[in-house]
Amino acid sequence: MSNLESIADRSPAAEDDTVWTEETSWLDRVPRAIQMLFVFVVFVLLWDLVTRFGLVSRIILPTPLETFYDLIFVGKNLASGGYMLPALWITLKEVFYGFLLAMAIGFSLGVIVGETAFGERAIMPYLVAIDTMPKVAFAPLFVAWLGFGIESKVALAAFIATFPIIVGTAAGLHAADSNSRNLFKTMGASRWQTLLKMKLPMALPQVFTGLKIGSVGVMAGAITGEFLGGGKGFGELIRTAASQLNTPRVFSLILYLSVIGLGLFAFVSWVQRRFVFWHKERVSAGGE
Amino acid sequence: MQAAAALTDLATPVGEPVYQLRNVGKTYARNAIVALEGVSLTLTKGSFSAVIGSSGCGKSTLLKIMSGLIPPSTGRVVLQNRPVTGPRRDIGMMFQQAVLFPWRTTLENIVLPIEIRDGKGAAKAAETQARELLELVGLKGFENTYPSELSGGMAQRASICRMLITEPAVLLLDEPFSALDELTRDFMNMELQRICTSRNATAFLVTHSIQEAVILSDVVYVMKPRPGRVAEVVPIDLPRPRTLDMMTTPKFGELVEHIRGALDKEAFK
Ligand SMILES: Nc1ncnc2c1ncn2[C@@H]1O[C@H](COP(=O)(O)OP(=O)(O)O)[C@@H](O)[C@H]1O
Ligand SMILES: [Mg+2]
Repeated sequence: MSNLESIADRSPAAEDDTVWTEETSWLDRVPRAIQMLFVFVVFVLLWDLVTRFGLVSRIILPTPLETFYDLIFVGKNLASGGYMLPALWITLKEVFYGFLLAMAIGFSLGVIVGETAFGERAIMPYLVAIDTMPKVAFAPLFVAWLGFGIESKVALAAFIATFPIIVGTAAGLHAADSNSRNLFKTMGASRWQTLLKMKLPMALPQVFTGLKIGSVGVMAGAITGEFLGGGKGFGELIRTAASQLNTPRVFSLILYLSVIGLGLFAFVSWVQRRFVFWHKERVSAGGE
Repeated sequence: MQAAAALTDLATPVGEPVYQLRNVGKTYARNAIVALEGVSLTLTKGSFSAVIGSSGCGKSTLLKIMSGLIPPSTGRVVLQNRPVTGPRRDIGMMFQQAVLFPWRTTLENIVLPIEIRDGKGAAKAAETQARELLELVGLKGFENTYPSELSGGMAQRASICRMLITEPAVLLLDEPFSALDELTRDFMNMELQRICTSRNATAFLVTHSIQEAVILSDVVYVMKPRPGRVAEVVPIDLPRPRTLDMMTTPKFGELVEHIRGALDKEAFK
């Protein structure tokens, strides 16, 4: 025993600590906020250079400063309850109802297609076929069926957002492994219990992936609907500004829309973190 | 096949029969594979049996039939005097993986069979019992942790608790510790023996480790493939309780050698 110890003591490690650090790029060590700010500044500088030296006409691309002033103008208009606020409100309603409808239909169809053999064999092929169609092309149909009001925009928004939710739900329901299935069988679980207590919880990560993709699509659907079917939303404001060659306005309106889209996406992500707390996200680029 | 059946009955230690298989066969129609042929065996109350054989010789098929997950093609399967025609409450099952659900705490995972059988109220009432089981397997204090924080061995202990909470008449174990490292596995095997003895449980273990089969069992069934069948029944007359030290005794070595011989004969046939 003491022999062994003395051998261990003579090991080189006892003389010098071999503490060393892994090599990382200095850029990766900068805090995230600063990294993001850096990209933003570089982007705006490039943008400014392009406009300053007249590489692109002002009518096509406004300067960053013009856009900034217009952002403030639109912000003030919205904050003071100006004419843009009702337009924003309409687009928000379209997005909200569209997403609600997409969730209800997407989730129900997803469960039917993912859980029943009939759904998978007889319904799924049609859904795949419709999914491959350019959905925006349905906009005139929705206008013809539902009119120029908010309904046709809600329909297009929901139509676009439904498919990723169907696919996410159906794929998620297939995620259950054979051990889990066998375990539920040996416990004598009914089909309903197996669905509620095992398959659906297991499907949640993929359901949320579908919801996130859908949350992006719903925005695109609402705005496209307004472009193609009139209405009084934010999309219409963009269309009008563009026809007046008011590009700074177009830019600032798009930025406000993207804030709404980001908000919806962030909300879905937040709900996901609360309900799917047990699911591990993949590691980020560059490893742990 | 008759010889094997007769051997089975000879080797069966005296005791009240709990589980009986008579001439059980299974053909997978899809690819015309005879996975099992003429398997007969009797598990007596409180006995520990193991089935060993090369992979593909029908061990999992046998266990699935015994657990009522799949029907046999021929033969008779009777548990506690009632034919097995589907999953049953008096059967407890353990898989190679722990199969704990990550959105449930350890305690919630353990009472899951009760929740499915008798509802949430009954599951709540079973929590006291679940805590006792956790103590039995040495997981006291882990009631409210999520499975992601349990090691492989701890997760398998938790799934032992889940199996025991319904107080099944027979425990069916499909290579339960084969995913664990050797040190943990030896330790878990001794734990398994202790738990089975303390509850006088009837256990049936599928394994591909000869040592594991010998150290745990009263009877070892040696299976051979194509078609899957019981080729030899080896009674293990080592004294109980078994300890890991017994693995170095000549008697243990003889039994291991004997079973290895039986398996090798197959491999080079
Ligand atoms: N569902 C199935 N369909 C067709 N063949 C199967 C099925 N399950 C198992 N088999 C076949 O039956 C034989 C026995 O398999 P299995 O019981 O899993 O063996 P073991 O568990 O001993 O490795 C193998 O040849 C395997 O290919
Ligand atoms: Mg197997």
